[in-house]
Amino acid sequence: MSKPTPLKSVLVLGGTSDIGAAVAKKFAHEKFVILLAGRNEEYLKKIAADIAIRENADVTAFNFDALDFSSHKDFYRSLPLQPDVCVCVFGYLGDNGLGMNDWPEAERIIDTNYKGAISILNVVANDFVSLKRGTIVGISSVAGDRGRQSNFLYGSAKAGFSTYLSGLRNKLFGSKVHVVTVKPGFVHTRMTEDLDLPVWLATDPHHVASVIYKAYVNKTNTVYVLHFWKYIMMIIKSIPEFIFKRMKL
Amino acid sequence: MRKFSKISNWNRYPRVDASVKSFRTAEELRELLDITPQLIARGAGLSYGDASLANVIFSTLQFNKILHFDKVNGIITCETGVTLDELLRVIVPTGWFLPVTPGTKFITLGGAVAADVHGKNHHNDGSLCRYVNKIDLMLANGEIISCGPTEHETTFNQTCGGMGLSGIILQVELRLKKMETAFIKQKNIIARNLEELVRMLKENNSSTYSVAWIDCIASGSRLGRSVLMLGEHAKIDELPDKYKGRSLLTHRAPKLRLPVDLPSFTLNSYSVGLFNNAYYYSHLFSRKEFFVHYDKFFYPLDFIKDWNKLYGRRGFLQYQFVIPRGRGEEGLTEIIKKISGSRLASFLGVLKLLGPSDHPLSFAMDGYTLALDFPITNQLFGLLDQLDDIVVACEGRIYLAKDARMKMETFHKCYRRQAHFRDSMAKRGGDHKFESLLSKRLAII
Repeated sequence: MSKPTPLKSVLVLGGTSDIGAAVAKKFAHEKFVILLAGRNEEYLKKIAADIAIRENADVTAFNFDALDFSSHKDFYRSLPLQPDVCVCVFGYLGDNGLGMNDWPEAERIIDTNYKGAISILNVVANDFVSLKRGTIVGISSVAGDRGRQSNFLYGSAKAGFSTYLSGLRNKLFGSKVHVVTVKPGFVHTRMTEDLDLPVWLATDPHHVASVIYKAYVNKTNTVYVLHFWKYIMMIIKSIPEFIFKRMKL
Repeated sequence: MRKFSKISNWNRYPRVDASVKSFRTAEELRELLDITPQLIARGAGLSYGDASLANVIFSTLQFNKILHFDKVNGIITCETGVTLDELLRVIVPTGWFLPVTPGTKFITLGGAVAADVHGKNHHNDGSLCRYVNKIDLMLANGEIISCGPTEHETTFNQTCGGMGLSGIILQVELRLKKMETAFIKQKNIIARNLEELVRMLKENNSSTYSVAWIDCIASGSRLGRSVLMLGEHAKIDELPDKYKGRSLLTHRAPKLRLPVDLPSFTLNSYSVGLFNNAYYYSHLFSRKEFFVHYDKFFYPLDFIKDWNKLYGRRGFLQYQFVIPRGRGEEGLTEIIKKISGSRLASFLGVLKLLGPSDHPLSFAMDGYTLALDFPITNQLFGLLDQLDDIVVACEGRIYLAKDARMKMETFHKCYRRQAHFRDSMAKRGGDHKFESLLSKRLAII
């Protein structure tokens, strides 16, 4: 008689974000044990209960603050198990205009999207390398593909994050650890609630979650959630700078 | 930068400019309440009319976590924005069912409580709020109170069927109904006219579920011809073998979508007349007793995701009233004659028996309720005003969750217990924080 395969587990960093909750739900649906990490403890626990009931899954909530860099090692060490997959979802869009005049806002954008992500993923990556297995999924952004006047603070932090992920993928390849870069494009979430998103360019968190799961299974390197974003960004990237600088995108 | 959008409910009338805000936690809601002078909560937007419309709308759709499910005793606690569709997916596989369900499963639990919805079992089992143990409600000042049948009863009564005017429902604890299988043993009875239908409804009063499809175009001796559908939860040992392996099967997502609006003349008295004939005769010559899945029995229209497009861009009105049992037959006859004579076609005609209701703004009363759908035309509003007069004369009521046009005087004549509602709200320091276009149109508070 063959032994039952032990359940795989996923660590979701940023579990209170709409995409984070959707990713946790999708992996729970695929019979993963869920470690849900985020900041607002009460809300996080409600999300955990909700997923546990709906998907009949094992979901536990853990307190995690992306901006508290010094806590990241202890946070990861205190987890009850070493996850097979880590999905890094947290992010902060912020206010570009405000950030230009108010350093704390700019700093928060950089710290959350770049420093926070790298601080925790370094810890996770080292652990996965020692185990010679694992998948790291980083949610970056199409905003990082080219700087635009409306959101380049966020965009530049995400550009840095994308570069980090591609370097990490390169470095970890030999250790059998895979790294996925996800570029969602417009998604209807709390982050974009106040924006008028063009309907045909936008998607919802559940679709993002299923694309992420598929990218994990297929070991994709970089994935644009909606395919045509790849081509849109290809065009945007190919516009010569002397024209681009005059444009309002 | 706050989004303004054109919002309408299921029947697409009226359409208003509204700013829609959503919240995910009670703290977020409290912050929003602080900076918003007046608003109304809105769930899935499936009421017919202006009940959840206002200049500022707080959408509950993101506040939708299932918090606790006691599978042994069948008690579930969830946030207000969870839909019945989502609840069924969780409870059906464990052998539980909704104690009361209306004709669509896509509504939110909060909306269902706010309208104190009824189902095909109302004549014996009452409406949804009878099965609510506890409601957590946020008041205008951000305070949260837990109310139920035995704590803060006044607030509980204001909230059950209160159309969102007493506060924002945060959480609901609901008692579920035990069932052996997800199938219904259905029995169809043909009634050749209204008189036969009324007699059969009375004879089958002990049936758990009962509802009649009624033809509102046929006239003369065939006036009110109908198909009465009765249902019981199927027991496991009576279920046909083909269903036995999947006795607690949940429903599937709807497959059909209407890609475009049909022209508004699609549903006219000729096309509906043809449909009614086909429907009536197909039931006359088909099996009378069979097993169906709950999805088909309770939610026959849910399989087309957006059937409201059938009525075209102008939208439609649903007219649902109840007439006390004693005046039922004469009132119904008068109303159906009026409709049949008007040549305004109602595609839908659903009649059933209701029992008494428990809360001041609840719709139900011991009597007959008829629900009708009419495409919006210029003559329609006049016809409905005439029907209102008949309903008022019979001391009946018109359903608030399906109203977009009733006059204020009509409402005050229909809802005699409304003064009680208004007084109790005033005692609480009625600050009119929660008002909808409906509540303003009818001066409910």
